[in-house]
Amino acid sequence: MSIVVDEKTKLVVSGLTGREGSFHGLRNKAYGTYLAAGVTPGKGGQDVEGVPIFDSIREAVEGEGANTSMIFVPARFAAPAIDEAIESGVETVIAITEGIPVLDMLQTYWKAKEAGVRLIGPNCPGVLSPGKANVGIIPAQFFDPGKIGVVSKSGTLTYQIGNELKQAGEGNSSIVGIGGDPIIGSDFIDILKLYEADPETELIVMVGEIGGDAEERAADFIAAEISKPVVAYIAGFTAPPGKQMGHAGAIISGSSGTAQAKKEALEAKGVRVGESPTETAKIAVEVLRG
Amino acid sequence: MDLLEYQGKQLFAAHGVAVPSGEVAESVADAVAAAERIGYPCAIKAQVLIGGRGKAGGIKIAADRAEAEAHAGAILGMDIVGPHGEGPFRVDRVWIEGGSAIAAEYYASVILDRGEKKLLAMVSAKGGMDIEAVAAEDPGALVKEHIDPTRPFTAAAARPIVERAGLAEDALDEAAEALAKLAETAMAEDATLIEVNPLIVTEDRDVVALDSKVTIDGNALYRHEGLAELDAEAIDDPQEAMAREKGLTYVKLDGNVGILANGAGLCMSTLDVVAQAGGAPANFLDAGGGSKAEAIVDALTVISSDEKVSAILFNIFGGITRCDEIAKGIVEASSRIDLGVPLVVRLDGTNSEQGLAILAEAGLPDLHQETTMLGAARKVVELAGSGS
Repeated sequence: MSIVVDEKTKLVVSGLTGREGSFHGLRNKAYGTYLAAGVTPGKGGQDVEGVPIFDSIREAVEGEGANTSMIFVPARFAAPAIDEAIESGVETVIAITEGIPVLDMLQTYWKAKEAGVRLIGPNCPGVLSPGKANVGIIPAQFFDPGKIGVVSKSGTLTYQIGNELKQAGEGNSSIVGIGGDPIIGSDFIDILKLYEADPETELIVMVGEIGGDAEERAADFIAAEISKPVVAYIAGFTAPPGKQMGHAGAIISGSSGTAQAKKEALEAKGVRVGESPTETAKIAVEVLRG
Repeated sequence: MDLLEYQGKQLFAAHGVAVPSGEVAESVADAVAAAERIGYPCAIKAQVLIGGRGKAGGIKIAADRAEAEAHAGAILGMDIVGPHGEGPFRVDRVWIEGGSAIAAEYYASVILDRGEKKLLAMVSAKGGMDIEAVAAEDPGALVKEHIDPTRPFTAAAARPIVERAGLAEDALDEAAEALAKLAETAMAEDATLIEVNPLIVTEDRDVVALDSKVTIDGNALYRHEGLAELDAEAIDDPQEAMAREKGLTYVKLDGNVGILANGAGLCMSTLDVVAQAGGAPANFLDAGGGSKAEAIVDALTVISSDEKVSAILFNIFGGITRCDEIAKGIVEASSRIDLGVPLVVRLDGTNSEQGLAILAEAGLPDLHQETTMLGAARKVVELAGSGS
């Protein structure tokens, strides 16, 4: 097993006819993901390298049995596109788009909750279950199938850690990029729950960063609900307060959201926190092998 | 983006929240002229993006023309350091507003609660002081209530909150109205934080926002033209301004090790690892996914224009970004700009071998290749020296 995406994933990509959407959508297909359809309003009936295009996500669900939607549309049109996906009948929506206004996401978050749809992102690299399916922009070549589940706010940092795990001979059940925005559909806790229930996952690597309190909440949750070992990494110890460090959510507000506070919260609950990506991978391998 | 006090107040006024009327001035003469129009007593307030202005001497009351002139002269051009050591920020404009007859000082705010995914309204009868200290000493004095995202937040919905906070009985209606309008301001203007401290009751029993702290979501600026203009003019750091123009994600820090990485998380991590190696990062610069040669030229131009920078680290883990593109960018940049400082390059991931070959072939002087993030951090710290 894996989590969020696997061989049962039937993907519909909003924005498949666009440059980014077609590049990554077709890359996902080449990896082995079942790419059922694309959606671009007004282009229904066309195809992109044999993949049928529909006018709406609902038509793709009805026509091709799509169960997972990937959103690749530009920021200012993305929230309505996610809303459309939530109402279309798919089980999972993975939103890659960066730059969506946060108060729009606030509305969208609750729509997804109410509809019982799993929303991943936005501003995330997607989800990869090595050997099964890749939905998003994660470069699959750095990850082998294996026992370590990864959940991360950051893309490249995850690739860095994944590559070090691979070099150490370990692989991943899944890699979930939850995104770097202040409001995201699935938090660490949502994904930790899935890994806890996934028999293939034996250890979880959690990659956090400054801003908000998702890591602190996750620390409490891990202590209460997670039986599998968790190893963490936190980025942003040198970030000054009040400055947004790339990700919209990566900002220390006053004295809250610091890397130090997150590290301490995790360590207080028995989670080992690596000093660097390299050390984090090393600890994960060490703990996994007992 | 954060708004200056007077910009926040203008936003409040546009949404029906009462604020004292006033004028902004950038010179002593203009400040005095404004004070004369407004009348005395009036407040002369430094407009900088940090708290603790009063304590730092940035807010003064003028009783007459002579005092207005003296205060404006003292405040304009002064450097203010924030309570957490932020800055110093030079005061280049003041806000002059009519004095208010204060009967009581309260606190009101509407902020985005990331954890709960809702807007959170907070009200306290203990305004005019550090609210974090109030909350720490007497948690019950700060009333917090989440705003239901599926319903309009009316004055009727706000009323129980101000009641619980124990505001004066005869000010409750107006305070509830003010809180509802602050929430409306947040939603209409894409603000993730609106704080009024103090929210006062005047002797005439009017509820007025005497200060403002407003943060606008940068992702939403495209639909707020006026705010976007304020954002553009607010940047006074030359590197940050240059980076903005070139569309780069750059944050100025105060060290001497220039840093470029791809991806926000990896870049933050690179700063941390450089600091662990004993260095002081000069900046955060995320070259983004799929960085092309031209973006690298721009990035190096910005980083090297900071005179404090004495060595630069490139930390690239290529996923979508291809290392050969990065290498081409470095070679191109070296031919167009004189960096004048050593460059440490770590290329890993997609097409790293091709990238390394391109760099080796170019034989650039003072370019040092490292294979790991830690090794690269140690090397750049060694080359940067103490920076003095």
